[in-house]
Amino acid sequence: MALAKAPSAPAAVPAAAATGPRRRLGVRVGEQNGHPREWIWGYLMILPLVAGLACFYLWPIAQSCYYSFTTWGVFGGQQWVGLANYRAFLSDPQLPKAAWNTVLYSLLMLLAIPFSIVLAALLNQLRGRHVGLYRTLYFLPVVSMPAAVAMVWRWLYNGDYGLINYLLSLVGVHGPHWVSDPRFTVYAMAVVGIWSSLGYNMIIFSAGLKGIPRHYYEAAELDGAGRVRQFFSITLPLLSPSIFFVSVLTVIGGLQMFDTVLMMLGRANPALAGSKTIAYLFYEDVFLDNRQGMGCAIAVVLMAVLLVLTAVQFRLQKKWVHYE
Amino acid sequence: MGSKITRTVPALLCAAVLVAAASGCSSAGAGSGSDANGPVTLTYGIWDPNQKPAMQQIAHAFEKLHPNITVDVELTPNADYWTKLQTEAASGTAPDVFWMSTTRIGLYAGQGQLLPLSDESGFDNKPFPASLNSIYTVGGKQYGMPKDFDTIGLWYNKKLFDAAGVKYPTASWTWQDVIDASQKLTSPAKGVWGIASPDWTQENLYNDIYQAGGNVISADKKSAGFGDAKTLAGLQYALDFITKYKTSPTAQQMTDTDPSQLFASGKVAMFTDGDWDTLTYKNAPGLDADVAPLPAGPAGRATVINGLANVIYAKTPHAAAAWQFVKFLGSEQANRIQAASGAVIPAYQGLSDGWVKAVPQFHLQTFVDELKYAVPYPVSANSGPWITDNQALLDQIWGGKLSLSAGAQQLTSTMNADLAKG
Repeated sequence: MALAKAPSAPAAVPAAAATGPRRRLGVRVGEQNGHPREWIWGYLMILPLVAGLACFYLWPIAQSCYYSFTTWGVFGGQQWVGLANYRAFLSDPQLPKAAWNTVLYSLLMLLAIPFSIVLAALLNQLRGRHVGLYRTLYFLPVVSMPAAVAMVWRWLYNGDYGLINYLLSLVGVHGPHWVSDPRFTVYAMAVVGIWSSLGYNMIIFSAGLKGIPRHYYEAAELDGAGRVRQFFSITLPLLSPSIFFVSVLTVIGGLQMFDTVLMMLGRANPALAGSKTIAYLFYEDVFLDNRQGMGCAIAVVLMAVLLVLTAVQFRLQKKWVHYE
Repeated sequence: MGSKITRTVPALLCAAVLVAAASGCSSAGAGSGSDANGPVTLTYGIWDPNQKPAMQQIAHAFEKLHPNITVDVELTPNADYWTKLQTEAASGTAPDVFWMSTTRIGLYAGQGQLLPLSDESGFDNKPFPASLNSIYTVGGKQYGMPKDFDTIGLWYNKKLFDAAGVKYPTASWTWQDVIDASQKLTSPAKGVWGIASPDWTQENLYNDIYQAGGNVISADKKSAGFGDAKTLAGLQYALDFITKYKTSPTAQQMTDTDPSQLFASGKVAMFTDGDWDTLTYKNAPGLDADVAPLPAGPAGRATVINGLANVIYAKTPHAAAAWQFVKFLGSEQANRIQAASGAVIPAYQGLSDGWVKAVPQFHLQTFVDELKYAVPYPVSANSGPWITDNQALLDQIWGGKLSLSAGAQQLTSTMNADLAKG
């Protein structure tokens, strides 16, 4: 869940890109290239991070690519099989449904963005001690264990004794079996995903909002623009770098959705067959069926899709993202 | 949002490599020579937190007899136990001694991950039920020292039986008696079901299949038994409680709320379940339950018997000490400690009294008496794949997505395909 986002989320990126002084700082660092003693310290400083990335991200990615062309024995030992894993994955009868579930889930997850913006805007209006309290409340799901979150939601969603269906019964609605009826599972999971990501998105939008200079609003007010006009003409365009950043992260996270399927739906569930995601197929292959090579092939395909999608998003951003 | 599984797994693999490299260095130094006199520390891998105190007691008793050996009991929750064990075995770092299940013994022994115990001096399997010894024997050699066994009984809620005026189940009950009782006990107004009949194999379906005279797997363990009409009769009996008599919660309801939880909270009057849930039902507040033998089907009585065993990792640097410990785990003294804990029935025959008396309010002797007609839990050389595939298909049948007859054909073809792969 969102927990895993932390290491890969350079939260300062949109802010840095959006503000003038830091960009100038970047230019100055570049000018010092001529003095070896100076820049060697810079590289030494980032060495631990780069070494960590190389050991725990880059090297494993290279290994995964290699292993995707092999089959594994249960207790180790690989055999080169060429493209067989990729062929088996692409002809898996479960793939179309899993791909559709993954895409649908990711699209639903994008709904978290408007909710987060509204929350961040509301919190920005608040003054005093309450801000910290609300911010903590909304951020709690982000730092909660995904497994615990899933268990609590599973209980809320219980078709017979769950709180949600109890509340629905008060208004005369007979609620469905949210986590064991395949018609509802993806939506039920998306609600949990949106709820979990609100806090994290909200922090980013909150920072984005704080970066918008007050004098724009003052000028707009003098020109007679109302609150709504101010929001759409000033806030939204100047928040677009944050929106872009969050939407890229949301798509990456959404396409890798796995833990809610396992923890909230469980393995012996009649709805599971219709609710699997791509990452769940990966889990089944690697952890249940001992087909590590096949799992690596799925991971490589997923990574390729993510790279293309992210590249497309970066291309499209020129059309709608405004850097100040 | 989705966890970064594509990143964490390669990272784990990388970490495993590092761990393997590090431990390779240390074990090379500590190896062979130290076993004879010097201090040795054995790791004992288990997964049940309820049994940890008893295992710890056994370890202490063993340490008293062998002052130079220390036993480190390592608990891994069941959900992660096999994943972790397999990774450790692949990198040569599995625990010296660990728990083994019937479903995995074929794989672990067949792939050379375990030491054959029957080759060790002083090996004696006579105290244990022959059916258990046979499951843990692969290629003529026994790899597992039976630890405990379990059978299935018909648990029932006395309060709900009294309220509905139904007589308690007895050893003479048949399928029809269970059906009749379930109908009398079901009360939609009170939110009470007569029975819970999930698609769980060991607790429910396998027993019904053998009571009907059917088979899960052929005697040579090469082909599926789901083509047999008797096997289907067993499945039909279990499914009818949901679809025909409507005296069991649906598969969806039992997915949302675990049937053992429904039974413990008084929503379900009867539930076939193993002896391992004894403490759960003993500790359930307000539950007044007892247990009776499983009913007789068209082919008579039957219950599945399953049980764990202690095994030695083939690559342990302390093979001699590990054998001393496993021999002790199979001794009368260790089994008495297990029996007194009340958590499981010890595999050592004749010692079940301690276990039976540990929870006097239940007729636990039922589970021991059922040994007379117990059928070994069905396994093959590589049981994992077909167990997973069968469960997925049974989930579809129980969820109403697949008819039993069409499902049986798919069960037969996928299971046969899995068995052919070996």
